Amino acid sequence: MKKTLALLLAVCMMVAVLAGCGGNKETAAPTEEATAPVEENVGAENAGAASGTFKIGGIGPMTGGAAQYGMAAMTGAQIAVDEINALGGPVQFEFRAEDDVNVADTAVNAYNTLKDWGMQVLVGAVTTTPCISVSAEAYNDRIFCLTPSASSTDVTAGKDNMFQMCFTDPNQGLSGAQYITENFPDAKVAVIYKNDDAYSVGIRDAFVGAMGDAVVYEGTFTEDTQTDFSVQVTAAQAAGADVVYLPMYYQPATVILTYAKSIGYAPTFIGVDGMDGILDQEGFDASLAEGVLVMSPFAATSTDELTVKFVEEYQNRMGQLPNQFAADGYDCVYAIYNALQAAGCTADMSNEELCDALISTFTSDSFSYSGLTGQGMTWSTVGEVTKLPMAFLIKDGVYTTP
Amino acid sequence: MVFFSYLISGISLGSVYAIIALGYTMVYGIAKMLNFAHGDVIMVGGYISFCAISYLSLPPAVAVLLAMVVCTVLGVLIEGLAYRPLRQAGSLAVLITAIGVSYFLQNAAQLIWGVTPKIYTSVVSFRLPNSLTRLGLSSEALVTVLSCVVIMVALTTFVNKTKMGKAMRACSEDKGAAQLMGINVNATISMTFAIGSALAAIAGVLLCSAYTTLLPTTGSMPGIKAFTAAVFGGIGSIPGAFVGGLLLGIIESMAKAYISTDLANAIVFAVLIVVLLVKPTGLLGKYVPEKV
Amino acid sequence: MKKLSGLKKTTKVDFATYLGVTLAFLIVYYRLQRGGLTNAMTSWLVPVCCFIVMAVSLNLVVGISGELSLGHAGFMSVGAFSGVVAGMSLRGAIPFTPVRLVVAILVGALFAAVAGVIVGVPVLRLRGDYLAIVTLAFGQIIKDLINCLLVGYDSKGLHIIFNLGKKTVADLHLEEGGVAIIKGAQGAVGIQKMSSFLAGYVLVMVTLVIVLNLIRSRTGRAIMAIRDNRIAAESVGINVTKYKMIAFVTSAALAGAAGALYGLNYGSLVSSRFDFNTSILVLVYVVLGGLGNIWGSVIGATVLYILPEALRQFADYRMLFYAIVLILVMLATNNPHLQQLAGTVAERFRGKKPARAGEGGQSHE
Repeated sequence: MKKTLALLLAVCMMVAVLAGCGGNKETAAPTEEATAPVEENVGAENAGAASGTFKIGGIGPMTGGAAQYGMAAMTGAQIAVDEINALGGPVQFEFRAEDDVNVADTAVNAYNTLKDWGMQVLVGAVTTTPCISVSAEAYNDRIFCLTPSASSTDVTAGKDNMFQMCFTDPNQGLSGAQYITENFPDAKVAVIYKNDDAYSVGIRDAFVGAMGDAVVYEGTFTEDTQTDFSVQVTAAQAAGADVVYLPMYYQPATVILTYAKSIGYAPTFIGVDGMDGILDQEGFDASLAEGVLVMSPFAATSTDELTVKFVEEYQNRMGQLPNQFAADGYDCVYAIYNALQAAGCTADMSNEELCDALISTFTSDSFSYSGLTGQGMTWSTVGEVTKLPMAFLIKDGVYTTP
Repeated sequence: MVFFSYLISGISLGSVYAIIALGYTMVYGIAKMLNFAHGDVIMVGGYISFCAISYLSLPPAVAVLLAMVVCTVLGVLIEGLAYRPLRQAGSLAVLITAIGVSYFLQNAAQLIWGVTPKIYTSVVSFRLPNSLTRLGLSSEALVTVLSCVVIMVALTTFVNKTKMGKAMRACSEDKGAAQLMGINVNATISMTFAIGSALAAIAGVLLCSAYTTLLPTTGSMPGIKAFTAAVFGGIGSIPGAFVGGLLLGIIESMAKAYISTDLANAIVFAVLIVVLLVKPTGLLGKYVPEKV
Repeated sequence: MKKLSGLKKTTKVDFATYLGVTLAFLIVYYRLQRGGLTNAMTSWLVPVCCFIVMAVSLNLVVGISGELSLGHAGFMSVGAFSGVVAGMSLRGAIPFTPVRLVVAILVGALFAAVAGVIVGVPVLRLRGDYLAIVTLAFGQIIKDLINCLLVGYDSKGLHIIFNLGKKTVADLHLEEGGVAIIKGAQGAVGIQKMSSFLAGYVLVMVTLVIVLNLIRSRTGRAIMAIRDNRIAAESVGINVTKYKMIAFVTSAALAGAAGALYGLNYGSLVSSRFDFNTSILVLVYVVLGGLGNIWGSVIGATVLYILPEALRQFADYRMLFYAIVLILVMLATNNPHLQQLAGTVAERFRGKKPARAGEGGQSHE
């Protein structure tokens, strides 16, 4: 009896929910059909000025443990979209962000939901593993993708439609190693990294490969053990490390800094771009991060006009300072906007035409983009971005240039 | 020397597990249910005390009390609304509801407090002399260990010496018989949830003081570990939860230090399996003969 | 008609289950071929099949054998990674994709079955919640171990390293043209998508045939006898460990097959996908579908996999709604008044007099 009831209820729920979906679809379908016939005669006039309303999709984790990254990137993208629409130019954007819970299959579902909506260009996915799965689908569908922050080389490997706004992990590890060799010769280096995270492992592999024997200690942690670092920090201290390299996001780094301070261990901590945001955490004691070097392309405390405006808007919406994820999301939308204009794309082009036009624009020598996370960024045919990393020293609670 | 600092960090980690495990084991002993939402009550406790300190500028002691009150109310509410109607249903039905409650709390917390981590200012304001900190002993660790011992002793006394404690033990043995003896079973179970949730609030404050970051998902992993600790020590047994929690923390710390940081969790769980194989009811669990 | 009504009730239910699944498949497949499904719906098909197999196989352990397992995703993980390794490394040996997919699924099932034996032998001595925590522990251990695994393939065959923090893909020493299949914590990447809805349907049917036939056989009756009263079962000479193992290992193998199908459906795969939460999720499918009720698991898995996707219109409140729905459904289905009402309705429907209260509605305990 109970089972019958359970199933009955479940089925009712299902029907109700699907009925809700159905409603949406009916309204969405005609617009798709309406645009379809126009597509046939755009081929001829495709070289003109860019115009029309483009549908931009976004995918990132917005619930669960990685929600902070997805939320930041998607909010950044939304701000850019709103700014562009407010300009009132011929190119307008519609933006829709979907949640992937940092899981590959949910990301593919989100991607297909966006495809049903009529997505023409994708900003995403924010995290690496979902991004690899989504880019495989997008490659087959010929939809252009620009990820704000999925930094593994596997994301772009073998897919010509996939571009990155962030540094690749090996690049970041190498530049970290280079910086340390130049500025801290003869230093003993310890590395603490997250062993079940592609981002952390990718940077560590390149970094340790380049540093060689200078690395005196390597400690790892995982998602399940990232609340306690007493062992790793104590061991780094015991190994006599005077530089500790932290290829990880700011959240575990905060715990490491706190513990190191509580036992009076004060080496030079060097963080990667994921470390950005450490100062913006509510309640963070900035003195903990005093003297920490962050190698990040973005600093919310920069005083250039673009950053100031963006930071203000982001604070209005989210009540806190943006981190590099938000800045990357913002830059993604503007880079696409610029490329669409450079290529003279119109919104009634098919996804494949758009994709090809954007690929050739992004990889052309004449195209470069300057935004929040760098000046004069260019993209290789692999989809990797070239921009300069900037090293910031945290002093009196703000980023300064060393 | 290094060994001692590993041991100390193990003990302080273990004490946090132990406090959470005490809450788990109390609820299990009386309600015979795995309350998977317990870890999320810890998270709520963390957020409440965070808000009290940062937004209302209350002194830490008041903040902790406030967190305890809120969590107690929350615990009793959860029990009354979500678990009590299922008293007669199978234990799995309650388990699934507990999971639903856990999802609910996590997502509600995300909507209320957002997804970016809050940095928790330690409620422990005094600092230990340098000679002690050099050994790896932080003031948070000291407070955690001390409160854990105090709570354990207080709980044991409460359960063994008071009338309410006796009622709890009776309910845990046989609910039907307890009811016949005039014990209000529902009130007793509510009381258990109240105590368990108040403990969760304390655990939340101590957990966040020691490990600083606070997220909607903060409670889940410590919750699972503490559940493991409770089983390790023999679920339903108060000293068992204490011993289990401490041992789990020490094993985790030692495994990280001397075997592999990657496999620390796997080693903890492997030890648990071995213990259960040798002693199927946990270290201090009672063996209950089966009736035909 | 006469012959049909002569069948046992359970047999009728079984045939109805096969028929229902096949009909549902045919309808969906027809619409899929005609382009009548949205992209989102198309992307649900394979994972739904995987999770149906997961739910049905877990039901064999939880509902039929009566043991609470919280580590079912661990077996899925073993199956997924071994299946992906087989699927990618046999590319040269078996060029025909469907055959390679079948081989990969079989490899996944085999490895998961081996894991099932390794876990089952010690674990099945324990009972109740202790068994639950040990299966949970095994799920965690499997996850951590796979994080340390490096597997690559070149013309010389498979290269496997168990990495404790210092090694990288370069240490596999792959020849030119070799591919790294599993890169430790980064998981498997660049997987060629092989799974299809048809394969999913076949796997669901195979699972149903295996599980339903097992339940209705002498072995199945022995397993259920152990569940209902272990001591009584033992006293009539039933080998408790043997029958529990049969249920446990079968279930693990099927979960492995589901894992392989799942793994080969996406471009990337990480072991953290198969954590405690996934095990719990499958358990929710089983309990909501009804313990011991196989067709219930099929529907439970389908509905609950699609539910969060269908709730996307609620944006930020999506998972909150999911949690509330979950709690309400559990409360409603266990409410004695509603149960009685449903019973009355069901009996009316069958043209019989309403059953007396208290006759139905008791759970398997």
